[in-house]
Amino acid sequence: MSVDPVVEIGFGNERSNTRKLNTGEFLVKWGLISIAVSYLGLVLFFPVLNVVYVAFAKGIEPALEVFKNQDFFSAAQLTLLVAVVSIPLNTVFGLCAAWVIARNRFRGRTLLISIIDLPFSISPVVAGLMIVLLYGKNGWFGPFLEQINLQIVFAIPGVVLASTFVTMPFVAREVIPILEEVGTSEEESARTLGANDWQIFSRITVPNIRWGLLYGVLLTNARAMGEFGAVSVVSGSLAGKTQTLPLFIEEAYKNYQSQEAFTASLILGLLALVTLVLKEILERFGHTSQIKV
Amino acid sequence: MTLAQNLPKRRFKFPFAWVVTWAYLLVMLLIPIGAMLLKAATSSPQEFWEKATSDIALSAYDVTFVTALYAAIVNGFFGTLLAWVLVRYEFPGRKIVDAAVDLPFALPTAVAGITLATVYAPNGWIGQLVEPLGIQLAFNRTGVFIAMVFISLPFVVRTLQPVLQEMEKELEEASHCLGATNWQTFWRVQFPPLIPPILTGIVLGFSRSVGEFGSVVIIASNIPFQDLIAPILIFQRLEEYDYVGATVIGTVLLLISLILILIINFLQRWGQKYVG
Repeated sequence: MSVDPVVEIGFGNERSNTRKLNTGEFLVKWGLISIAVSYLGLVLFFPVLNVVYVAFAKGIEPALEVFKNQDFFSAAQLTLLVAVVSIPLNTVFGLCAAWVIARNRFRGRTLLISIIDLPFSISPVVAGLMIVLLYGKNGWFGPFLEQINLQIVFAIPGVVLASTFVTMPFVAREVIPILEEVGTSEEESARTLGANDWQIFSRITVPNIRWGLLYGVLLTNARAMGEFGAVSVVSGSLAGKTQTLPLFIEEAYKNYQSQEAFTASLILGLLALVTLVLKEILERFGHTSQIKV
Repeated sequence: MTLAQNLPKRRFKFPFAWVVTWAYLLVMLLIPIGAMLLKAATSSPQEFWEKATSDIALSAYDVTFVTALYAAIVNGFFGTLLAWVLVRYEFPGRKIVDAAVDLPFALPTAVAGITLATVYAPNGWIGQLVEPLGIQLAFNRTGVFIAMVFISLPFVVRTLQPVLQEMEKELEEASHCLGATNWQTFWRVQFPPLIPPILTGIVLGFSRSVGEFGSVVIIASNIPFQDLIAPILIFQRLEEYDYVGATVIGTVLLLISLILILIINFLQRWGQKYVG
């Protein structure tokens, strides 16, 4: 790279990307942009486009064929059920944990933060293994569960449990920084005006953290619906019974039913797209609400 | 702390949030971890060591950690480049590129797995380009690498972006005024504070890659001693009802994730020195 010794320097408030670039800098800029975008193309854009392409390669009608498949429907139902159970559980937990961490100073606070983050670092397969060792037939609670005739592993409760495990930290993670940023002054004013705990929580705290909370819920949903590793350990992948959409996709792909696999992938992929679009929108809202405060 | 002032008045109230947090963590997280460690403790240290260092396990660690390290380093380089381009330059489509970086977080790994396997297979869009050269990208160790690169892509970009955004313009200008070239300014002034966030991103990506299952199981052939990674070995042991074998390798992976958490905490504290 040839460097022009006489560099144009932006004084004052001028920003580097608004000032005029000399030829060398111009080449560097577009060179770097093209390398970065090509890399993303290779790793992200081509594979994502490929999902759409394979799903519709034979036309629209074969693509819609999957909707006649009963296993697909029960997989979609189970996937929704997983989200419906794990979101409220992890939201209640996330709010409580965020309040404990952001509003209290106590010994072991950093340790608690690390513990809450643990499910992100533990391999999903290890998470599934833990559930099997605890609730499986030969697990610690196995005999007891057999007595009360409740099957968790290789049944729907196990699938729900595994998905809840891997999505545990999302809400807490998103809410903690916001709670810390808004501070306690509004909550204290409400208390001096005679509000009780519930009133403070529902009328002051929740409105303040709503965008972060919503984003946390969104991430929980995306991950819960898409979880594969932990679920495949505990589910046994019985078609029509304990199969979620990701497991359905894997089985269809392995059985060379790539049409069904890719249509189902497209549907799950749209979930990812919606998540990203909503994220952009929420960030904008979050930004404006911060300016108001 | 205002909270401390409130405490005496509220001492007898039921600390609801506190109880929910610990009860949930206990039931959902700590008891399961305890169950695994207890199970691991049922085998003697000697037996544990033998199972943890069997040939097949050692080869699985090798594939897992070495490949995850390559993927993390590649993303360390390209992630830095991406963050730099996204923060410093204005170009058409920048917002879309920025949003797309999060795709690996949002896209279910099974979807990532089947589409990567299709694109990089010998007859796929990218696979067919290198197939005449005798290079196969999917269903071997390279496939594992590709899946790991995909899922760990966002980490370096997302840890680096905020640091780049907050970097003081004055330092760079001062460096130019003192006669430094662009290149000198980058290496001597701009780059050093970026080292901690880049390393944090690399370790976060590495940690994610080490635990990955979904996309790898689809794009690899999962043959022992070739491209079998440790999480998939656990899965196979479970399928053979070898619970002790699965637990031993699971415990090894758990200990490694704990070590990685310590390293990440250390790196983040180091990075905060530059911010302060």
